[in-house]
Amino acid sequence: MAYVPSADAHAHGEPQSFVTKYIWSQDHKVIAIQYSLTAIAVGIVALVLSGLMRIQLGMPETDLVDASAYYQFMTLHGMIMVVYLLTALFLGGFGNYLIPLMVGARDMVFPYVNMLSYWFYLLSVLVLMASFFVPGGPTGAGWTLYPPQAITGGTPGAGWGILTMLVSLAIFIVAATMGGLNYVTTVLQARTRGMTLMRMPLTVWGIFIASIMALLAFPALFVAAVMMILDATLGTSFFMPAIIAMGREMPHEGGSPLLFQHLFWFFGHPEVYIVALPAFGLVSDLISTHARKNIFGYHMMVWAIVAIGVLSFFVWAHHMYVSGMNLSFGFFFAISTLVIAVPTAIKVYNWILTLWQADIHLTVPMLFAMGFIVTFVVGGLTGLFLGNVVVDIPLADTYFVVAHFHMVMGVAPILVVFGALYHWFPKVTGRMMNDTLGQLHFWITFLGTYIIFFPMHYLGIMGMPRRYYAYEDYEFIPQSAHDLNTFITYAALVVGAAQVLFLFNLFWSALHGRPSGGNPWRATSLEWQTPDTPPKHGNWGEKLPEVHRWAYDYNVPGVEQDFIPQTEPQPESGHSAGEERT
Amino acid sequence: MVLAVILILIVVGSLVFHFLNPWTLTELASQWGSMDTMLHVSFLITGVVFVAVTLFMAVAIIRYRHRGGQRARFQPDNRRLEWWLIGATTVGIVALLAPGLVVYSDFTRVPPNAMEIEVFGEQWRYSYRYPGADGVLGYADIRHIGAGNPLGLDPDDDAALDDVVIHGGDLRLPVDRPVRMVMRSKDVLHGFFVPQFRAKMDMVPGMVTHFWFTPTRTGRFEVLCTQHCGTGHYNMRGHVEVMEQREFDAWLREQETFGRSLAATANGERPDDPVELGRRLADGEGCMACHSVDGSRRVGPTWLNLYGSEVTLTDGSTVSADESYLRRSIEDPRAQVTAGYSPVMPAYSFDEDEMDALLAYIRSLSEDAGEE
Amino acid sequence: MSFWVDRGHPGRGTIEPSRTAGRWPGPAERSKLALRGLLILLVPLTSMFGLLISAYIMRRHMGDWQPLPLPWQVWLSTLLLVLSSAGFEWARRAAQVGWVDDVRRGLLVAGVLALAFLASQFWAWRELQQAGLAVATNPANSFFFLMTGLHALHLVAGLMAWLRTRAVLAGRQEPAAIQSTVQLCAWYWHFLLAVWLALFGVLVLMA
Repeated sequence: MAYVPSADAHAHGEPQSFVTKYIWSQDHKVIAIQYSLTAIAVGIVALVLSGLMRIQLGMPETDLVDASAYYQFMTLHGMIMVVYLLTALFLGGFGNYLIPLMVGARDMVFPYVNMLSYWFYLLSVLVLMASFFVPGGPTGAGWTLYPPQAITGGTPGAGWGILTMLVSLAIFIVAATMGGLNYVTTVLQARTRGMTLMRMPLTVWGIFIASIMALLAFPALFVAAVMMILDATLGTSFFMPAIIAMGREMPHEGGSPLLFQHLFWFFGHPEVYIVALPAFGLVSDLISTHARKNIFGYHMMVWAIVAIGVLSFFVWAHHMYVSGMNLSFGFFFAISTLVIAVPTAIKVYNWILTLWQADIHLTVPMLFAMGFIVTFVVGGLTGLFLGNVVVDIPLADTYFVVAHFHMVMGVAPILVVFGALYHWFPKVTGRMMNDTLGQLHFWITFLGTYIIFFPMHYLGIMGMPRRYYAYEDYEFIPQSAHDLNTFITYAALVVGAAQVLFLFNLFWSALHGRPSGGNPWRATSLEWQTPDTPPKHGNWGEKLPEVHRWAYDYNVPGVEQDFIPQTEPQPESGHSAGEERT
Repeated sequence: MVLAVILILIVVGSLVFHFLNPWTLTELASQWGSMDTMLHVSFLITGVVFVAVTLFMAVAIIRYRHRGGQRARFQPDNRRLEWWLIGATTVGIVALLAPGLVVYSDFTRVPPNAMEIEVFGEQWRYSYRYPGADGVLGYADIRHIGAGNPLGLDPDDDAALDDVVIHGGDLRLPVDRPVRMVMRSKDVLHGFFVPQFRAKMDMVPGMVTHFWFTPTRTGRFEVLCTQHCGTGHYNMRGHVEVMEQREFDAWLREQETFGRSLAATANGERPDDPVELGRRLADGEGCMACHSVDGSRRVGPTWLNLYGSEVTLTDGSTVSADESYLRRSIEDPRAQVTAGYSPVMPAYSFDEDEMDALLAYIRSLSEDAGEE
Repeated sequence: MSFWVDRGHPGRGTIEPSRTAGRWPGPAERSKLALRGLLILLVPLTSMFGLLISAYIMRRHMGDWQPLPLPWQVWLSTLLLVLSSAGFEWARRAAQVGWVDDVRRGLLVAGVLALAFLASQFWAWRELQQAGLAVATNPANSFFFLMTGLHALHLVAGLMAWLRTRAVLAGRQEPAAIQSTVQLCAWYWHFLLAVWLALFGVLVLMA
């Protein structure tokens, strides 16, 4: 049966020149690599910034950074890690690479828009980096950018810095919207024959729901950014009340700083899950593949992703328990926040139940997946402290919060990023990454981050506030806490430096790694069944693949081989291979 | 196998750390023991889950790691088990949430006999206000801020005139009496947090926020800012002293009411002594938020012994802190920035008399004043 | 100790986790794809304008809010936009039955009316400015300018698509292509009309 979707009729011939192939490429795989490399590059900047901050906190006597620079580094570190690294990498990088391959499409449905998405993203990154060079430097308002302080004189970068940040975010949002549009439409419209929604790998589910959330949530940040730009430049009073800042009366009146916080967190909380859901999806596939066992409770896993996505739009004000908003809101948001714990817990249970009676290969991707579970469980459980409003009141804005969000949405997703890079690297390059370096990288990163962030919880319980440049002469902070801070700094520097191992491994293996073959992990999902590795333009050669089963047929009873690719037709009888429908 | 051992070590290590580490709650000084209880309940419930999940993983890895020859069991799902797990999780969540919300409803309900005290934030210090004899905090708005009125009390409001304003001093509270902290801000968001009291709240310009607590033991505690408020955030601090009711009453009686100090400012207009005028200006314009007069390091350089000293600038050059340097530093602070400090000070303009008074005040803080 | 064993469904170990998996939708056609893409694009736009409206509602409870006397031109704008949208609807229906001349006429009318809408909006803004009601004078004004400005920007983007549609028509493309591009424009216009009516309703009813 000659099956050619009309989208295919459009199929462009393979671009020939270097420029059309690698620079102005409309191929989702090239765009994915562009996204990933840009995100990793900007992530390294953020990593270095965090190292500088740690040096100040652990060894304040070095005087390496002053207070302004500290707050600027803190702001950019947070913003880059959350938005420009994790969001871009999960959606623009993994989403772009894996969605068409996993659903059996030749490309994204709107390749041109996809290309634009990357260039807008790059532009947003360049504008962000430019803020280092504008008068006054980048903004030091904290990644939350709360007004009034974001645009008043007592904060570094209150003039040019905040404007470049807001403009950069607006551009990023345009990029994310164009990307999200593609991811969602591709999943809905370009699945190959047989690929029903409930046969999609959880990776696609996670990225799909996260993209929908991004489409809904980013506009909140966009609106907030536009309104703040107007407040800062035209003197409107959306967020700005009448204030006297540094002895100056500001030309504002009546605005509401809390309005900004509501808008920001209406974006900000879903944003946490925009990062987390793709990580959930990717890690599910890592675990299933390397444990040689079907993911436990696929159905529940899908519905948990959907439920988390929906619920995450109803919890935003749990970031604002002590913001001065009406106290009665606390009841609602505490309940909605803790309700989210149920689907999230289901996911954790199903990951570990997948391990039970499995055949666990402790490969490097699997190690990272296991590291993710531990880190995510710690970060998720401490979320129950902070979501439960009355426990949050003493802990808000202390190091407990710092430890919590670094565990749950910093380290945990990054571990997935690493695991997924080690896992899909062979498909992207046709070569394996070095195993020894990978193991070393895993152990230093996993144990190092645990040592960094676990003790921080206790500093927070003691009451150490976050976003402090220095802790000079506070009576309630004992010397031992300062020593702990120094220790954490050493650990952070080691972990930061260890990332060189990864970078080296990444680039060295791309050129000199052991050839991997098309399916080194003996995985079932479609992307491992491409005719070429790396897949050529158009992914599938002459004929699109046809899907006959879900993506988790590992160790099916009665079948010799321990995996069955999704493209493998069901046996004629339809009733062997454990398929005992009642 | 290594991974399994490490996972077990992580569980054991985390538990040991939890019970033995020296960094823990400060000694409670308010009635919010219930918050501590909830913290411990949370640790108990989440701790059980953490230990169970991690150990389960360790056991699974030990038992089912790849050794060749074995096959995984094909098991797509198990609805019954999943419903059990959902049920158990829900029970755990309810066990956290229900008592938590009960405590929280205490937090939202201020006792009727609570004393109202205002805390006023600005970059980067706290001021306080007591309601005075009538027990009512008078109307205030930052539009009224001016000489002798740093908190912007309404001079036409009788309820404000008997209020007591503590500007540049410690907060004092009577022990065992519920306090409702009423909070305002002059410029940006600030926080008010005393670790020993547990409860905290942000201060938001343009609105009045509040929270309550009852101090339960006497002593002196630190006040911290917990909402990023600019370069000096880390150095925004204050002190609160909890004392016996008698002591407190005696202290409060000694304080000047707002009406009295306003009248004094109005009558005296400008004190003849330029040093005294400079001191008031420095206080009123917010200089003291960044510059100490006791030699301690804040956001800006201290004024103690500044006059006549050699100042090293960010470009490495040195300059003598004479009158013209100080004048320029006030009018164009970013021209010559002292090494080790950030260029965050806004430019100020004063009239000649005021400038002279300020300089006189700064000069008076140097030991070798007058020996030019 | 086997309460968790799933006895109710002994045969649940199936390859397909579900029978309710839904049917595969079949290969998508290009025109359908574009329409889906547009509809999905409307999701973030709806979110944006919706959030703007909720911000408006929250902000207007603050003390300094002074209702803005709406200039009469916005009523004119409303009328023009309704007619413009109708013009696109005319073009869309004509395209479906292949009346290319009518498509052309409809498009022309719709585009001119849209330009007139922009002019009318511009007039309204100038009127307000001259009455001393600038963007920063009062939050009600700020919201008026922000909402109508963002809406106008989206209309300008739509006019770009309109130009492209005219180019497609001039290029004597096959009917399916014309139908598709006209349909996209029409849908987008109807959406912008809906947004405008929502914004307008908020501005009139919740001043």
